[in-house]
Amino acid sequence: MADIMTYNDIEATAARIGIDLSQLDLDSIRLPAGEDFGIISDDEDIYNVDNSELDAGFSNIIVVDNLPVVPLEKFEKLENVIRKIYSQIGVIKDDGFWMPLDPETNKTLGYCFLEFNTPQEAELAKERTHGYKLDRSHIFVVNMFNDFDRFMCVPDQWAPPESKPYTPGENLQQWLTDEKARDQLVIRYGADTEVLWNDARHLKPEPFYKRTFWTESFVQWSPLGTYLATVHRQGAAVWGGASTFNRLMRYAHSQVRLIDFSPGEKYLVTYSSHEPSNPRDANRVVINIFDVRTGKVMRDFKGSPDDFATGGAGGVAGVSWPVFKWAGGKDDKYFARMGKNVISVYETETFSLVDKKSMKVENVMDFSWSPTDPILALFVPELGGGNQPARVSLVQIPAKEELRQKNLFSVSDCKMYWQSNGEYLAVKVDRYTKTKKSTYTGFELFRIKERDIPIEVLELENKNDKIIAFAWEPKGHRFAVIHCDNTNANNNPRPDISFYSMRSAHNTGRVSKLTTLKGKQANALYWSPTGHFIILAGLKGFNGQLEFYNVDELETMATAEHFMATDIEWDPTGRYVATAVTSVHEMENGFNIWTFNGKLLYRILKDHFFQFLWRPRPPSFLTPEKEEEIAKNLKKYSKKYEAEDQDVSIFLSEQDREKRRMLKEEWEKWVAQWKQKHEEEKEVRKNLRDGEASDEEEEYEAKAIEVEEVINQVEEVVAFEE
Amino acid sequence: MRPILMKGHERPLTFLKYNRDGDLLFSCAKDHNPTVWFADNGERLGTYRGHNGAVWCCDVSRDSARLITGSADQTAKLWNVQSGQQLFTFNFDSPARAVDFSVGDKLAVITTDPFMDVTSAIHVKRIAGDPEDQIGESALILKGPQGRINRAVWGPLNRTIISAGEDAVIRIWDSETGKLLKENDPEVGHKKTITSLAKSVDGSHFLTGSLDKSAKLWDTRTLTLIKTYVTERPVNAVAMSPLCDHVVLGGGQDASTVTTTDHRSGKFEAKFYDKILQEEIGGVKGHFGPINALAFNPDGKSFSSGGEDGYVRLHHFDSDYFHIKI
Repeated sequence: MADIMTYNDIEATAARIGIDLSQLDLDSIRLPAGEDFGIISDDEDIYNVDNSELDAGFSNIIVVDNLPVVPLEKFEKLENVIRKIYSQIGVIKDDGFWMPLDPETNKTLGYCFLEFNTPQEAELAKERTHGYKLDRSHIFVVNMFNDFDRFMCVPDQWAPPESKPYTPGENLQQWLTDEKARDQLVIRYGADTEVLWNDARHLKPEPFYKRTFWTESFVQWSPLGTYLATVHRQGAAVWGGASTFNRLMRYAHSQVRLIDFSPGEKYLVTYSSHEPSNPRDANRVVINIFDVRTGKVMRDFKGSPDDFATGGAGGVAGVSWPVFKWAGGKDDKYFARMGKNVISVYETETFSLVDKKSMKVENVMDFSWSPTDPILALFVPELGGGNQPARVSLVQIPAKEELRQKNLFSVSDCKMYWQSNGEYLAVKVDRYTKTKKSTYTGFELFRIKERDIPIEVLELENKNDKIIAFAWEPKGHRFAVIHCDNTNANNNPRPDISFYSMRSAHNTGRVSKLTTLKGKQANALYWSPTGHFIILAGLKGFNGQLEFYNVDELETMATAEHFMATDIEWDPTGRYVATAVTSVHEMENGFNIWTFNGKLLYRILKDHFFQFLWRPRPPSFLTPEKEEEIAKNLKKYSKKYEAEDQDVSIFLSEQDREKRRMLKEEWEKWVAQWKQKHEEEKEVRKNLRDGEASDEEEEYEAKAIEVEEVINQVEEVVAFEE
Repeated sequence: MRPILMKGHERPLTFLKYNRDGDLLFSCAKDHNPTVWFADNGERLGTYRGHNGAVWCCDVSRDSARLITGSADQTAKLWNVQSGQQLFTFNFDSPARAVDFSVGDKLAVITTDPFMDVTSAIHVKRIAGDPEDQIGESALILKGPQGRINRAVWGPLNRTIISAGEDAVIRIWDSETGKLLKENDPEVGHKKTITSLAKSVDGSHFLTGSLDKSAKLWDTRTLTLIKTYVTERPVNAVAMSPLCDHVVLGGGQDASTVTTTDHRSGKFEAKFYDKILQEEIGGVKGHFGPINALAFNPDGKSFSSGGEDGYVRLHHFDSDYFHIKI
């Protein structure tokens, strides 16, 4: 501390070397950034040093309350129990455990003090064990030792807290109140991210908000469309607002790679994987779950990627995203992840495991939530070389009660598809044939909402058919399957598409086939979000073939092509659909907007096109009855919009005419100007050409000359018949 | 009408030029032999033999007597159109590229590429009436632009020279003093290499095509941008109809990056645009490589395109073409 001076010292030194301090403007002295020359900024710090050290000295101590009161003979046992609990969290210092005794009874007082090596450990211990249930009557109450001062200051008399004035936030759902009922979309190209209105009437997008370098990797809408999330090196951020995009919240998570919202957009899961500094170490994976509105970390998970790698006993390398799958519904009550032989289900009230333990499921391969209910579907493959059958079971959470189970034999693989209302579950089962040389596919269809959950088996007419794609009609009871003959899957480029209904006219409880379309150039299915219509798309190998199909009438509405299209996205209302070519291809980057029935509205070309996302809409608040009523009286309701459409189209054609007229006039002006100049220069030009006159060749006159040529003449005697 | 396919070159086409009467079509290609064809039926009339490298460009005199060609063999040559006889050879230190006769055919502008330590340059040569008197001396040499100069043409009354090339800037030079008079406004100009430049018949405006997937129309005297035509592919060649208010853009994905899966992905089309409204009105497909050269017959009733595929396609318009209304 010798080189630290107090002001008194400074005065003394100044006097010694002859500087008049009153003449010296100390404020004008600037130290280089980050350099203090060992001078502590405030004089008081010098006198407070000891105190602050004292403060730090207590911040690594916690007080654990609500311990059992035990006599002296059990003291050691209790100490061991406590030490065992806390040594998992951090290192307890030597002599860091102190449990006082009541001098009268010689029993413990029901609390103890623990000193950790670092304040961080103490903090963590407090977080982890506050509320820890030692047994029924002893639930830990853990506090930081430092907080006790604060607790002592709590006045005995309760005073009502001062209520802060309410500052109304912006209406984050303003975009839904757009007068023209348009939808928004976000596109990312080059370094720019842009939010646009899809102005289908004007056949062009209308800019809403644009920002360069808005995100460092990608953007994502929250599931109800309230927020737009951007991803940065330091973490993620969400944006929203009424008339523009303001940053609403930041979520610090360095090197974040992936993000995922809970379906009710209450929580945000962020994921990062850190390259180890030592190559022998495994990567470290960090997953944080944030509360979207407060920005608080609700729970974090850390570990090696293997801990989060999903799938069976063998373990598939790599982490499949999302690691945590959210139960359906808007409440965001449960989320689950699969581990080796377990499924861990967490609830969001406490962010801890339901019933404090994971569900043990030997060898579980895959699971998925019903989109609406807290029901889990899991798939367990065959065990013991076929001795134990594979099974698919439905488990109700939080009771963890098995609702339904189906055993399956000689299964090679299983895929689960939920219908969006959670009414049906289709399980695609690939089974080995008897020879085990090849597989064939069947479907197990569960009717979740019916009593006892009946299961039906559906097999394709041609047993050899391979399934290329499967899709449920959203909110509906139909599904579509693309299948093609397995035996020549490679050289048969035209698969078939079949439509099935879970209800049929005569027998509501049976699945029936509606139709099969033969030889289509399609490999992907895109149902309209409102059902009824579907796009049969041939992406990749088929170069972007599109067929707009009406499933109600079983007829094709239009066929089209968006050459090289890579992505297809319906807008949330099912009125428009976008097809996009993203930068996986070098050329053609951009997107097309179509009507639901396949009319191309407009195309936008953007080089280095990365992302196209419609802004989702929250579900409608209309009752099903009201919706039905609107559907019935659609004519009445649509009248208003038709009139508007017409106005716009008249306006547009008017505008177009006007624009053309302007352009023509402008052009005429140029031409007149040129003609004049040309005329002026005529003489000079003539001289340049050695007096050869005539510019007139330059103005070409087209003359039509007809030339008739007789190629040959043949005389023939034609036999005359009577 | 069905296009006439003219297969006379063994290498990619580089340039096409009609003579003033519109009865002859001259084609240059990366093989060493510029060729002349009947512009009506596509019959081959003859070749001009003597170059020892790719021929990049040619021009024909107003009276169709002389042909000038610029070649990668570091020469530009004057030819007798009728006999095919070599009249004179201009030698340079680097490949010659663009050539253009002035009004009156007494001057020619020749550009040379940057090569080794030699920078690109624009040379002005006097063309003697009698080939016997022809000298190789340059009347003027212009230097300055970085990179290749892909095209240089004469401005009105031979007073200026307009050049454009790899640095995406259009420049107007004084052809007497060699002073740089104008550069185009970089705000509105091309963003990538300018590959082609075509003058209107009266020389009042010109069209440039660029790898930035656009073509732009400029006023020759003021270098004002008048129109921009946006397309989906790099533009290698441009042409303006002398008859209708149409412009044609040719190009396509660079041959080295073309996918091999589908011929359509390259978009090797000649695209027609309305000159005034800047809207696409149609396209002519057929080439299976990028289009490198386009030329309109002076009567405006036919045009020809030359491709990387080595073909020249000669298109006579159907009568409906002349009644296109948009």
